[in-house]
Amino acid sequence: MKNIRNFSIIAHIDHGKSTLADRFIQLTHVVDERNFHDQIMDTMDIEQERGITIKSQAITLPYVNSKGEEFELNLIDTPGHVDFSYEVSRALASCEGALLLIDASQGVEAQTVANLYSAMEHDLEIIPVINKIDLPSADVDRVREEIEVDLGLDSDLALLCSAKEGTGIEEILEAITDLLPAPSGSPDEPLTALIFDARYDSFRGTIISCRIFDGQVKAGDTIRLMSTRASHRVEEVGIFRLDRAPMKSLSAGQVGYIIAGIKTVSDTKIGDTITLDSNPAPKPLSGFREVKPVVFSSVYPISSEDYQPLSDALEKYRLNDAALVFQKDSSAALGMGFRCGFLGLLHLEIFQERLEREFGLSIIMTAPTVQYRFILTNGETLTIDNPAYYPDPASIDKAMEPYIRANIISPERYMGVIMEICSERRGTNSRFNCPIPGRLEIQFDMPLAEVIYDFYDRLKTVTQGYGSFDYELLDYRQNDLVKLDILLNGEKVDALSQIVHRDRARSRALQTCERLREEIPRHMFKIAIQGAIGGNIIARSTISPFRKDVTAKCYGGDITRKRKLLEKQKKGKKRMKMVGSVTVPQSAFVAVLKSESK
Amino acid sequence: MPDGFVKSTNFKAHKSRAISRNCITSQWHGDEVQLGNWAFDEAVKKSPGLYIHIPFCRSKCPYCGFYSIPSASMTKRWIKAFKAEVSLYKGVFKRFDSLYLGGGTPTYLDPEDLGDIVQFLFRHLDFSSDSEITIEANPGDLTADKTGIIKDLGFNRVSLGVQSFDDRILSYLGRMHTAGDSEKALEDLRLCGFENIGLDLIYGFPEQSIKEWDSAINRALEFNPEHISCYQLTIEKGTAFERMKEKGTFKPMNENEEFKYFMKASNILEDKGYLHYEISNFARDECHISRHNSKYWHHVPYLGLGPSAHSFNGTSRWWNFSSVRKYCEALEAGRLPSEEYETLTAEQVRLESISLGLRNIRGFDRGITANEREANEILLMARNHGLVSFTGSRVIPTRKGFAVADRLAGQLCSSF
Repeated sequence: MKNIRNFSIIAHIDHGKSTLADRFIQLTHVVDERNFHDQIMDTMDIEQERGITIKSQAITLPYVNSKGEEFELNLIDTPGHVDFSYEVSRALASCEGALLLIDASQGVEAQTVANLYSAMEHDLEIIPVINKIDLPSADVDRVREEIEVDLGLDSDLALLCSAKEGTGIEEILEAITDLLPAPSGSPDEPLTALIFDARYDSFRGTIISCRIFDGQVKAGDTIRLMSTRASHRVEEVGIFRLDRAPMKSLSAGQVGYIIAGIKTVSDTKIGDTITLDSNPAPKPLSGFREVKPVVFSSVYPISSEDYQPLSDALEKYRLNDAALVFQKDSSAALGMGFRCGFLGLLHLEIFQERLEREFGLSIIMTAPTVQYRFILTNGETLTIDNPAYYPDPASIDKAMEPYIRANIISPERYMGVIMEICSERRGTNSRFNCPIPGRLEIQFDMPLAEVIYDFYDRLKTVTQGYGSFDYELLDYRQNDLVKLDILLNGEKVDALSQIVHRDRARSRALQTCERLREEIPRHMFKIAIQGAIGGNIIARSTISPFRKDVTAKCYGGDITRKRKLLEKQKKGKKRMKMVGSVTVPQSAFVAVLKSESK
Repeated sequence: MPDGFVKSTNFKAHKSRAISRNCITSQWHGDEVQLGNWAFDEAVKKSPGLYIHIPFCRSKCPYCGFYSIPSASMTKRWIKAFKAEVSLYKGVFKRFDSLYLGGGTPTYLDPEDLGDIVQFLFRHLDFSSDSEITIEANPGDLTADKTGIIKDLGFNRVSLGVQSFDDRILSYLGRMHTAGDSEKALEDLRLCGFENIGLDLIYGFPEQSIKEWDSAINRALEFNPEHISCYQLTIEKGTAFERMKEKGTFKPMNENEEFKYFMKASNILEDKGYLHYEISNFARDECHISRHNSKYWHHVPYLGLGPSAHSFNGTSRWWNFSSVRKYCEALEAGRLPSEEYETLTAEQVRLESISLGLRNIRGFDRGITANEREANEILLMARNHGLVSFTGSRVIPTRKGFAVADRLAGQLCSSF
């Protein structure tokens, strides 16, 4: 056990985490050069394409250090996005140490800080690593200063590397063996293993990724999942070598997988403790909680015949994504569909993309919303995640919405614009901190509803890419909330309703009408778009009909050309849904939340 | 499917390369043609048309997107190649009932060359005695002499590129002729005995007021032409106007203006009894509808000879190189000068039937979209908004419908 090191790499997005992991894998010859490709640990198409990590993944790297000692280095790759912060926390809880990777030209950013704090909460030993030192814009001295002042770490410990060029990699592996502590725990105690990921394999069922803290587990054992008390017989255990490598047993200190005939991943909960039925641990490992969705949106098939396929697809999807929750939903405008809950907006986007890509479905998703609480005059509390269920205003005593604490780090010169977008979005209770000259840390309390859509994009725009953002959920707070309805040619479209703060209702209504005017194509008739609260129209825009759209000539050669154009149009046709007599493109449902036009 | 014009299955593999003479193996059996599930009506049973593309011009007009070269130096070589092409198609199509010489500028050719071409055609291909025989003419080229020659060669219809009766506008459009030339040509043609004269007018550019457009149409009417085409200026790829548009020195009209000019022409001409039978075309009466051009719009076969010309045999389309040099080289080597070839699928015929149908007053058969719920909803809506009418089993575009034919076709075709 003294030759095991369990570690993670924590970094802000794009600071080179996946590239560094690639270099480790190459240097330790886990995969031969022939089979190597970039971002090798990100196995999903969507991860490869977007250059992000969505699911935690582990790999065991065999390493012989300069003293000739053999080590088993377990790298646990974690998602980089705030949506998956609970998963990240469980992965970190499985480690003794972490590499804190910082881009030599970008420096410390909001996620760097957030990730560091969560690593510190788990008492991890931190090794700062400054990456991308090959860049002309690299400023190692400044980054050292930030490490010292912002993060309070000893910058003399910082290692320098260029994961891209492959320089400084050996030194990092050496430091991992030297500086990070070996796992503690005992193979003789009752089994406790922490689940940090679970994924679905169509042949084997759920593959649990876990860290063994105490005890041992082997094929044939009967394990018990402590939160659900469900028992399963272990079919196979092993470690990760990109592919699964079966082992006789896993014991205290190790990171690996367990296959135990568990049908869906939702039967295993990330953060849960595994123990043995025959000799159970007295209490589970700390830190378990159920992940709860914070963002909600409805999904409808474009064509009503696709309802059943959509339903089947969601069931299949849930096999591999325990965080997704959904239930049946119906809309007067869009027909039968499902109301879904997500961990955040990235989670939602991934869901949408995978449904379309992997299941070939054409769907419409409505604008994301948060969960509201209404205390009614009769004392009842009503929790709704769909504006359609907004209660009768006369019956509302108190309306409440979730708040977050936003942490923003940016160069000082953008303070004004950041203040502006935060107060536009009802940010309050701001706190500032200037750890080093020129660098600004701002905290705001803000309604979650105001950041779920394009807050981060806006922040990036106004700070020219320098601002970074992270948030944590705070509590529910009382506000004056009203329902904004949208009418197309006089017909209310329930799927476009939003719950908004009364003071911002008019500007939001104008913005929504404007966005819809841009998104809905012209029709053969005039379209009136109206925003209303109760029966009062508070905003309006119109789309004029098309009058002239035809080419003057069509002779011999033009027919084929014209047809090809039609075929192209047909193929690339926007996903549209008929709402009454108006054809509304899919994009319009989400665009209503955008604060700026394209 | 009948025996195709092109039997060789490896025709497709020849795409972009020359197509061998072997491809032409059988007679086209027009009477049996049925494409897809929709039986063609009587139009398809009509005889095929022949189009000849004369690829030479005195100079390139800044708006024209048709293929031509502003030089006559290759004329002799081209005529020789052209004759070879005619010979390759001998007996392939059945009897033609229309011939259309377009371009380019057919009247730019020497009368001898023109005569040579036409006589060669009449000698080697089969035409019915009542054929419509049209030549596109440039007013500046039509001397009284030439008009007589054209008549003697057997042409019975002239399509005159008048464009405008305002010299300022003519020079803006890069035309070499004047309003006076057009007027004289129109008079000469009548004197010479032509009883079927068509003239082209153009609108939709910043230099032209609605008043000028109004008076151009009225001036044209004074000559009592059998046919008038009113083309909205389109910015074609590779033209001088396109470059001007990119630079911002040419500002196209907005949609409402376009609509106003379009309706202006339609109102004046329909008022005078002309039939607005296609988006840009008006006939003094039904028997002066352009027989040749109608073939394009109703899936009637046509053979196109000359560079860039397109052909259709009822099931397939193919087209020639848009290059005099490549065209000549292919024929000199004994090959067809075809650049590409396609056989229409039933679905493609359906798309074309809708988009072509919305461009002329025959419309399209409702059966085409009978099983498409959404398309039918769109059609109902189009009828309620006065874009089409339902007459018997057909969907017939209105004038308002003509104006948005491309948009409507796009919506309909994208709905299924």
